[in-house]
Formats: sequence, C-alpha cells, structure tokens
Amino acid sequence: MQIEKILLVGNPNVGKSTIFSRLTGVKVIISNYPGTTVEFSQGQMKLGDKNVMIIDIPGTYTLKPTCEAEEVAVQMLQEGDVVVNVVDATNLERNLYLTLELLERNIPIIVALNIWDDTKHCGIHIDVKKLEEQLGVPVVHTCGLSSEGIKELIGRIPEAKSGKIPVSSDGDRWEKIGKIVEAAQKLTHRHHTFLERLEDLSIKPFSGLPIALCIIFGVFWIIRFIGESLIGYIFEPLFKNLWLPLMMSLSTSLGEHTFLHHIFIGNLIEGKIDFGLSFGMLTTGLFVPIGIVLPYIVSFYLVLGILEDFGYLPRLAVLVDNFMHHLGLHGYAIIPFILGLGCNVPGALATRILEERREKFIAATLMAIAIPCMAQTAMIVGLVGQRGGEYVAIIFFTLFVLLVIKGLILNRVLKGTSPEILVEIPPYRIPQIQAVFKKLWMRLFGFLKEALPLVLLGVLFVNVLYTLKIIDFFADMFSPVLTGLWGLPKEAASALIVGFLRKDVAIGMLGPLNLTTKQLVIGSTILAVYFPCIATYMVLIKELGIKDTLKATFIMIIVALLTGTVLNLIL
Amino acid sequence: MIVDVTQMQPGEIGIVKEMQGGHGLIRKLQSLGVRPGKKITKVSSHFWRGPQTVEIDNMQVAIGFGIAKKIFVEMEKCK
Repeated sequence: MQIEKILLVGNPNVGKSTIFSRLTGVKVIISNYPGTTVEFSQGQMKLGDKNVMIIDIPGTYTLKPTCEAEEVAVQMLQEGDVVVNVVDATNLERNLYLTLELLERNIPIIVALNIWDDTKHCGIHIDVKKLEEQLGVPVVHTCGLSSEGIKELIGRIPEAKSGKIPVSSDGDRWEKIGKIVEAAQKLTHRHHTFLERLEDLSIKPFSGLPIALCIIFGVFWIIRFIGESLIGYIFEPLFKNLWLPLMMSLSTSLGEHTFLHHIFIGNLIEGKIDFGLSFGMLTTGLFVPIGIVLPYIVSFYLVLGILEDFGYLPRLAVLVDNFMHHLGLHGYAIIPFILGLGCNVPGALATRILEERREKFIAATLMAIAIPCMAQTAMIVGLVGQRGGEYVAIIFFTLFVLLVIKGLILNRVLKGTSPEILVEIPPYRIPQIQAVFKKLWMRLFGFLKEALPLVLLGVLFVNVLYTLKIIDFFADMFSPVLTGLWGLPKEAASALIVGFLRKDVAIGMLGPLNLTTKQLVIGSTILAVYFPCIATYMVLIKELGIKDTLKATFIMIIVALLTGTVLNLIL
Repeated sequence: MIVDVTQMQPGEIGIVKEMQGGHGLIRKLQSLGVRPGKKITKVSSHFWRGPQTVEIDNMQVAIGFGIAKKIFVEMEKCK
C-alpha cells in the first residue's frame, strides 16, 4: 500500500490536534473545548524512510455535517490514503458512531484510543484486544498530552485496513455499537472528584453566575496586573535605558529635518525623542507593538490559554446563552467573541463553529464593530488611561452598548431565528504548564510575525503621506464629517486612514494631535467601530463572501457615523 | 411517568424514551449520547427558558430549552 496522506478524523475535543502535533512536530493551537480547530492543518512525518503528509481535520460527530467546520472535515475525507480515527476512550460509545461510518467506507483505518490516561480514574476499563477484534481494524491506546502510545501508533499505521462492513441505518449502527461496547468495556463505580463537583457548581445558575462574575473580574485584574507589570518593570526600562540612547545618537548622526530622520526617528519633541509622539519607524513604530501592545498580548493569551485548557469556556457559553439569544446568537458565539478580544482574525475564523449563515453574519459583524482586539485595548488603556480610568470605561461601555443595540436590531431585521445551543461540555482538566506556555509562545510569535511588519508599514505610510502632503487632501475631504459631526480636528483623517492597516498605530496617531479628553474618547471609539483592520477584513470576505461583507461594511459606516455624532452631543 | 427534560429537577435521573425533531437534530443528539434507553441525569436548568444541562455517560451536554422540550424521559414513580 502506498501511503502519502494520512488523515486525523474524530469527534470534536478528542485530542486530534494534540496527536497531530506529536506526530508532525507542527505547532497548532490546542484547547479543551469542542471546535478549537476550524480549519485543517497539515504537516510531515517520517513513516519508514518516506515522508508522509498528516492532515488534522476539524472534529465532526458524523459524516453528515451540521456546520461549516464539519463540512471541511467531510470534504477532506476523499483525499486520504489512511484515516487515523482518534477516539475519546472515556466516551467510547458516542465516538464509535463515526468509527462505524468510517468503516463503511472503503478506506484503511487505524483507531487511536486517546485520553487513555483518564479512563483509569473515570472507572472505565477497555479491553483493547477485544475492541480490535470487534472492529476488525488495529486499535492503539494513546495519550496525546504525554505522548504515550504515539510510537506504537506510528508503527502500526501500515497495518491499517478498511472495514468493508455494509452500509447500515442509524438504528442498526447504534445496536452494533451497543454490542461492541458491551464486549470491550467495563465500568466500575467511583466517587465524584473535586473537579467534577466544581463542574456541576459552575454550570448551575445560582452558583455558576457568581463564579462567572468572579472569573471575569479576576481575569480582568490579572491581565491588567501582568500587563502593567511587564510594561513598568521590563519594557519601559528597556526602551528608556537601552533603546533611547541608541536612537538619540542615530538622531544626531542623521541630523534633524533630513528625510531619513523623518522616516526612522520622526519628529523631535522639545529636542528629544518621545516614543509615543515622535512617530518614526524605529521609535514609535517599535514602541507601539513591543512596548505597549506586546505586554498585554502576553498577559491576555496567558490567561486565555489557562481558561481554554481548563475547559471553562463552554460553561460560560451556557451561562450567557439566554442573553445571547436576544442578539440573534446562541451562547457558543461567546467563543468567537472571546478569541476576538485577543485578535479579531481568529475570532472571525471561529464563527465557523456556528451552524447557520445568519448567526455567522451577526457574530462576525458584531465582533468587527464592538469587540476591540488586545492591540487596540492596550493602546486605549495606554493613551486614554492617562486622562483617567473613567474615560477608558466610557469607551468600553459604549462598545458594549453598541454590541447589544446592534444585536437586537439585526436579530429583528434579519429573517430567521437563532438556533439553539446543543453542545458537549468537556470535563475540567488541570492545564499543563508546558502546554500553556507552548500555546502562548505560538500566539506571541504569530503576533510578532503578522503585526510587527504591518505596524512598521503603517508608520512608514503615515510619514510618506505627511511628507508628500497627501494627508492634507484627505483631511479636507473628510473634514465635514470629522469636524462637523464628530468634533474632531480634520488632521484625525490620517488616523482613520491608517486604521485600515492597524488599529493600534491609528490610536497612537491620536496622541500627537493634542486632543481634548472628549475628542480622544470619541476618536478612539470611532477607530474601534468604523472598520476592522485589513487582516480581519480579508477573513470576513473569505468567511461571509463579498456580498455579506459589503452589507457588514455598510452597517459599520452607519454605526460609526451615528456613534461619533451621539457621543459628540452627549459627552 | 413520562416528562420532557425541562420538567426534570436537577439531580433527577430518568431513561430517555423518545426524541422529536428533524433528522439532523436527532442525529446530533444521538451522537452526543442522547438516545432512547440511555440513563440521563439532569444537572441544571437556567432561568427564563435557558439551556438545560444533562449528564449522559459521564459527559455533560448543554441543550437549548426548545430542544430539551422535545426529549422525553421515563422517570421512576415519585418517591
């Protein structure tokens, strides 16, 4: 048998991505909730002396998909030479349905009984040999997290064979599964563990809501504490004591008022470099992404990673389900929103876990308008926070109100109703420190790789626009809206233009404009609302299609116009 | 006594009798473990016709109110 492509197929949240990462060494985001993987990822592995391709596929319960992430899975199936069917050993019965469906197809299969380590304290005993007899294909027990059994899995991949069982009806399949499970699995009684009691508490409304409030409040303070500490003790001193002298000598050798000085160092403020205001590529261009945004990215993703791996997010989804229904969504849409708080790009991709187009449209549009990414948040906290915490609060409160109003309206206006939540709640698992840091590092690396070049480009772009005086043209063109409706100086046009590229730089550009606090609040809010950054916009086009993206864009412009005007009137 | 899932009290245990709904819904319920003959434990129910959580085979599942209304469960006589 010629093996070139191996597919990892299985139910959601059974650990396909963990096994994928073990097999290929390719780093992928792994979390403890169904729907983490919404796109397939591929990597290489050595099998014998040949390189084979491994493809990690989004989880699916059946080969008849119910949402887009599952569709991706089923489409991929035609392309594989071998399927590694990853099965959650603690939930054998449910998982075997997909296994039987796979066995009915003419494709070689090997079963990986994953999460094996958990079976012991769950009181589950599975006879692997018997299961192998029953299914007629090789079965290997694995634990992706500790890499137990991975070697054996690789060794036995060539033994994979097709099941060649006849296609049967739903009822027959479940009957067959019943027999298989009876033959291969024994359950023993056991007592509830502490984590399980905590699981119950966090999903019952009377205890769950207070727990959720505590967690949200705690998370907020921890993110702030870590972010501020990183800035205060590490990043600011680095920039002040190491980078500033270097830049000052570069400034002297380039000479003020030269073109290169303008591009790299920017303007001197009272004869000195000001990292917030100078706006050169090597000064503000580096300080914004690394000195202000990066510390908050670190703290946000560290805390998010722990929550994800612990398995808390689906429980939060259940608690907010009722509220989200008013916005035309169900509770699980909180997951794209939470991811969007880090960066809107993975947030927009995660809308794939939602079943219907209408829901996806609402979730994506609401997120693009009202969920500020961490880069934006860090800048708002940094810039507006200097004028007082209450002004930061006004901005976020405005965004929240916009989210609710827009959701209410879209839910009324768009045809159809929101589907109901139907999702499995994974067990709590104690996050592994190593896994948490690995994930954090991937996300940081992703940020530096994607964002840093765009920020530098943005700053360069601003300087070129200023040097060529093009900015004056735009400023005059937009001044009726900027000055007339929003009460901002027309120079703020440059921030709006750069905001298409990167929101953090755009908010930073409000700094040198000498705005009043009111103007700063209005400016930051509009920058958050009027348009997503280019990277998010590309994903929106990919996910929603051109037509719906244009609709969403239209909504964003209207919302920005209205919000700015209303804020200008009431503040 | 046959009730639907929304009528069960937290902590009560029953046996799934029947589910109503379209093919897609039934299939998804089945693959989440909700099938006739299975032991089902109610875990919680949220205010204002909110989602219902149940436990089947050691796994918790959150079920929207409307869907939960269509899942019928045989309960032991009141004790």
